[in-house]
Amino acid sequence: DQVLHIVPETFQQIQHLQHLCSSLLLDLWKPLLPEDIWAGEDLHIRVPGPLVQEVKDSLDQHMIFYKVLIPDVQELVDQSMPRESSSHRQVPEGYVYTQYHPMEEIYQWMTQIQKSNSELVTQHYLGKTIENRAMYYLQISQPSDKTKKIIWMDCGIHAREWISPAFCQWFVKEILQNYKSDPKISRFLKNLDLYILPVLNIDGYIYSWEKDRLWRKNRSPHMNGICYGTDLNRNFNSSWGSVGISYNCSSEIFCGSGPESEPETRAVAHFIERKKSDILCYLTIHSYGQYILTPYGSTTKPPSNSEELMHVAEKASAALMGKYGTRYEVGSTSLILYSNSGSSRDWAHMIGIPFSYTFELRDKGTHGFVLPPDQIQPTCEETM
Amino acid sequence: DIDDVGHRYHLELVLEDILDKDSTVNCTAEVLYHLGNKNIAPDVQFTIEGELKNTDEADNIFYNRIKSLEKELVAENIPDSHGNVSPEMEPIRLLAWVASGYVIWQNSTENTKFQLAQIKHVKQVKRSDEYLEFDYIVLLHEMVSQEIIPWQMTVLWHPQHGVQVTQDSRHPKHA
Repeated sequence: DQVLHIVPETFQQIQHLQHLCSSLLLDLWKPLLPEDIWAGEDLHIRVPGPLVQEVKDSLDQHMIFYKVLIPDVQELVDQSMPRESSSHRQVPEGYVYTQYHPMEEIYQWMTQIQKSNSELVTQHYLGKTIENRAMYYLQISQPSDKTKKIIWMDCGIHAREWISPAFCQWFVKEILQNYKSDPKISRFLKNLDLYILPVLNIDGYIYSWEKDRLWRKNRSPHMNGICYGTDLNRNFNSSWGSVGISYNCSSEIFCGSGPESEPETRAVAHFIERKKSDILCYLTIHSYGQYILTPYGSTTKPPSNSEELMHVAEKASAALMGKYGTRYEVGSTSLILYSNSGSSRDWAHMIGIPFSYTFELRDKGTHGFVLPPDQIQPTCEETM
Repeated sequence: DIDDVGHRYHLELVLEDILDKDSTVNCTAEVLYHLGNKNIAPDVQFTIEGELKNTDEADNIFYNRIKSLEKELVAENIPDSHGNVSPEMEPIRLLAWVASGYVIWQNSTENTKFQLAQIKHVKQVKRSDEYLEFDYIVLLHEMVSQEIIPWQMTVLWHPQHGVQVTQDSRHPKHA
């Protein structure tokens, strides 16, 4: 398909153009209607591929000058929506990891991932959200006779941070595509189980797709429905309600009516509490800012294993920078970012999980929460 | 710390051209946050070592394109939810960035960190003189409170005379 640019000069030319449009049912981009075609004014018509030559011949016959504005409409469409065309046997055919997906697609993706990788992946129910939606995590576990330590990773605790669930999905895909061929990954899976929660704040995520792109909290109603949403990352039982929070529901950092007041928080906390003796590392993925944050946000007092925590985080940051030169700052939240209490990362560490980190992915504010899809791949690759 | 006056910071920074990452320029600045009255913008003094890139050509192309529009420009949600910005809207977004930089400066304290999150709405205002005028509603993200604050700004621009924010105000948030 091509789009032609014409500036009609005479009344006869206009008549002929109107005739062409209506007889061939051409797609007028500018103006909208044939009757609005005027002499001296820009005309843009999209001509379907099979008719291009016929239309051009007709224009030539009537001495109507034209320019090709868009030589290939499909190419332009494809450019604005990249499509993954390579075949991935272990991952759903045609699932595009370099695009953002709405929740229904992510639910389908989880089912599909388990189906195509049933020797490694199981989907588990975690609980229900305040709007009654099911929360699932994926367990990636190589069958073995010994109990393995667990690495937990959750994404999407804050609705507007779309790059975060995108990263969880990418992560799963990478592991599943490469665990047989990549020695690092296969060694990983020999000794560790991966538990991935692709979207923690499901209701909020859906709300950011349908109503308010920059929504952050969950969707629990307060004050008889006058005000909505608790900041789930202020709702955990780690010095809850003490600092960097608000008791006002209309605030973005409203910490809820009490620690673990939200069903989403409880679903995650109860599960992790049960498994805590086997959990080696707790990761929670956010955006934006480019940080690897260690405990605590609620106090500047360093955690007991602070040296080790920092050492591992510094190595991660260096590895990340090695990929595309992206700089991630490393340190405790209260020292390098701001104070906050009730965070999931603080809570995980407080109940005994030795390695607990918050990742704040790209970027540093240029695009902020609305990171363009062409940055999904590099962000995920470097974070991987 | 400056007793009874405020806090002064000395900064050495590198400015990077968004449109040409290899083009950088060193900059030093002094920022004074005033004690007490938080309604006064911080004082800023700066020196740039070297020259900023000449943008006359791109400026004139954009200027002429807007000047030749038949109807005043109107647009919403830049970028869109997925982060996309059409090429025609890119200069409109860059203009909003610059203008919101001024608004952010005027409203910053030591405890705020603002970023432009999105242009909610922009409407060109017809003018009889050579300036271009745009009425923006932008969304500012404040990092510490995590709030999204709608802000109205009226922006004047001309290739030779630069950017001016002639009016700005916190926009009432709809319930």
